[in-house]
Amino acid sequence: MKQTLIALVENKPGVLNRVASLFRRRNFNIDSLTVGRTESPHISRMTIVVDADAEQVQTQLYKLVNVIQVEKVTDVPNVSRDLALIKVRVDRETRSEVMQLCEIFRAHIVDTGRESVTVEVTGDEKKISSMVEVLQPIGILEMVRTGVVTMARGEHILSPNGYQARDGSNGYQNNVL
Amino acid sequence: MKLTGAEIIFECLIREGVDLIFGYPGGAILPTYDTMTKYPAIHHVLTRHEQGAAHMADGYARATGRVGVAMATSGPGATNLVTGIATAMMDSSPIVCITGQVATNAIGTDAFQETDVTGVTLPITKHNYLVYDVDELAYTIREAFHIARTGRPGPVLIDIPKDVQNTITEFEYPEGEIILPGYHPPQRASQSQLEAALQLIREAECPVILAGHGVVMSGATEEVVQFAEMTQTPIALTLLGKGGIPEHHPLSLGMMGMHGTGHANLAIQNADLLLAFGMRFDDRVTGNLKTYAPDARKIHIDIDASEIHKVIHADVPMVGDLKTVLRQLLPMLEPIEHKAWLGQVRDWMEDANERDILHHDAGERLFAAHVIHDMWQATNGDAVVVTDVGQHQMWEAQYYPHSRPNTLITSGGLGTMGYGLPASIGATLGLKATNVWAVVGDGGFQMTMSELATAVQERVPVNIAIINNGFLGMVRQWQEFFYEERYHATPIHSPDFVKLADAYGIPARRVQRRDDVIPAIQWAESITDGPALIDFRVETHDIVYPMVPAGADLHNMIRRPIPSRDQV
Ligand SMILES: Cc1ncc(C[n+]2csc(CCOP(=O)(O)OP(=O)(O)O)c2C)c(N)n1
Ligand SMILES: [Mg+2]
Repeated sequence: MKQTLIALVENKPGVLNRVASLFRRRNFNIDSLTVGRTESPHISRMTIVVDADAEQVQTQLYKLVNVIQVEKVTDVPNVSRDLALIKVRVDRETRSEVMQLCEIFRAHIVDTGRESVTVEVTGDEKKISSMVEVLQPIGILEMVRTGVVTMARGEHILSPNGYQARDGSNGYQNNVL
Repeated sequence: MKLTGAEIIFECLIREGVDLIFGYPGGAILPTYDTMTKYPAIHHVLTRHEQGAAHMADGYARATGRVGVAMATSGPGATNLVTGIATAMMDSSPIVCITGQVATNAIGTDAFQETDVTGVTLPITKHNYLVYDVDELAYTIREAFHIARTGRPGPVLIDIPKDVQNTITEFEYPEGEIILPGYHPPQRASQSQLEAALQLIREAECPVILAGHGVVMSGATEEVVQFAEMTQTPIALTLLGKGGIPEHHPLSLGMMGMHGTGHANLAIQNADLLLAFGMRFDDRVTGNLKTYAPDARKIHIDIDASEIHKVIHADVPMVGDLKTVLRQLLPMLEPIEHKAWLGQVRDWMEDANERDILHHDAGERLFAAHVIHDMWQATNGDAVVVTDVGQHQMWEAQYYPHSRPNTLITSGGLGTMGYGLPASIGATLGLKATNVWAVVGDGGFQMTMSELATAVQERVPVNIAIINNGFLGMVRQWQEFFYEERYHATPIHSPDFVKLADAYGIPARRVQRRDDVIPAIQWAESITDGPALIDFRVETHDIVYPMVPAGADLHNMIRRPIPSRDQV
């Protein structure tokens, strides 16, 4: 079963490599992995969707010295968002069809060419997949998805409790994952 | 105080209590080697290969409980450490490896002797560092030693570019707490876990303790023995658990697993409760997982949370330091008897005794098991034995009962041939002892025998016993059982080991008769100003019994036939 985990990791060189290497050598099947900045310059946040035993993934991640906190959010009420850019081949007829679909999916057309439009759609994985499905017969030329980012709903907050950056640990550039 | 990076390395190593470094110099680490001359408190042992340096640091660490240090240059020097690092990783041995790296401005340019060493060693270290900034160096070294020795110990590598070694900076030793936001080794079990465990312990009628390396590393000997005595629970040992409890203890079953004793394996298969103390259910101890201890509930205590449910589901997991957790549990226990169960176990034990080669007439032949048994006698069971990998390793485990922790040093998890001799040199230097024995096969010995010269140069009084069977014996055994006796690539030619020793200036003897075994062992131990070597010419087609074929059910052992009873 697919599991979603959130990991807070130190923003230091090589940390993404450590996580990716762990998943490969432990044979954890990654569905998607996203990394980005957080409210703290010292910490990056990963959303990991994986087809593996969540507890093993969690305890193995904790063995990495740079991993501060890992939470399984599969069963926690959460907001999950994936973003896709989809370039669709259009002619005069299908152009308006795409525009209509965009309205239904609350998607945006972010670029138009003579024979193509680029659609930006945000939502949970299901929504994007159904958008892709309806655009497929019209003709998808190119597509990119960011992978899922997830946050628990309400006051369920994931923050590195009591995290302190060490004094003078400023030898690192930011976002050098 | 203004110091160079290289000077900072030694200032920090001395503060970590380091007095020995095993290493090999080269361009990228030369500033550090040059600086070593200013720090006479640290002795450098020049090995003959960096693999030897890593194994020596490992042997030193396992014998003494202190962190071992290996040093190498960039590129080939560092890659030569790899086997030693992987060996230490699999067996949770605390070593710190310091490697030189090309200068920071050359990194990424395929410079001469540049290798991405932190990349190469990422999956085989507990943690590693590439230090770009000399001001990070002192703190990094502190962190590295802390990580290597705490929690589940393991190897840590620090890669230091040449210019960082040369850069001068203001040095102030970083005192105070080490802040590692993502590193909190667990200590204690929770009350609810303790109570759940207690419940299973009370209900059990056929319990078995599985004592692993964790017993040795957490220093929990006393607690495990107390637990066993109070609950009348027999104890089976993993290979690395040997020494964790005195093996002559009446509740000891000896080793479990592929070449474990029949009674240990049968007890496990018939148990209704397994108490896994600091062990990880390696495939060499479980055999077929589907049929493993089918009726047993499991209590699993380990300091590494990822070991829980990794291969075996634990009914009661307890993550923490074994000694601490057992100290929590012991006061809650009341004495329990398991008379019927222990009686059953004793019957199995008698059958095993009957099959034991020690009770068979060997005639004129010299069996390795007899050599090990006689070594045990001649050394009063108190030697520190460092083995290589193969049949001789298993015979050591079967015929040398250890009575103290850290007295069997062997590559269990990785099974690294070539480990024995260098690790024994590290152990001997660490212990400053004369009763350390390297028990090695003729195959594995030839992988790292160049370290004989290191032993001579450093006057290491290590005793070397080559169990010379003319074969890669363990592989030959598999060929005999599973490949229709096609002995391909396993007969191995060796030099005359006595002459070889002579060329190194090492006193040596050859032993071919049982009667000569004990005198030779005593002779070797009497030589204390350097190594001594014995070439034991043993049976060439001998077999390690019992054997659980890889992947077979643990109770389906190939047993040594009893000549009077079984059809041979
Ligand atoms: C580096 C390495 N290569 C190969 C092996 C596979 N292997 C395991 S035991 C063994 C035979 C060892 O022969 P020897 O050293 O003579 O010991 P014996 O089994 O004869 O006692 C081999 C080749 C290994 N464990 N390690
Ligand atoms: Mg051999």
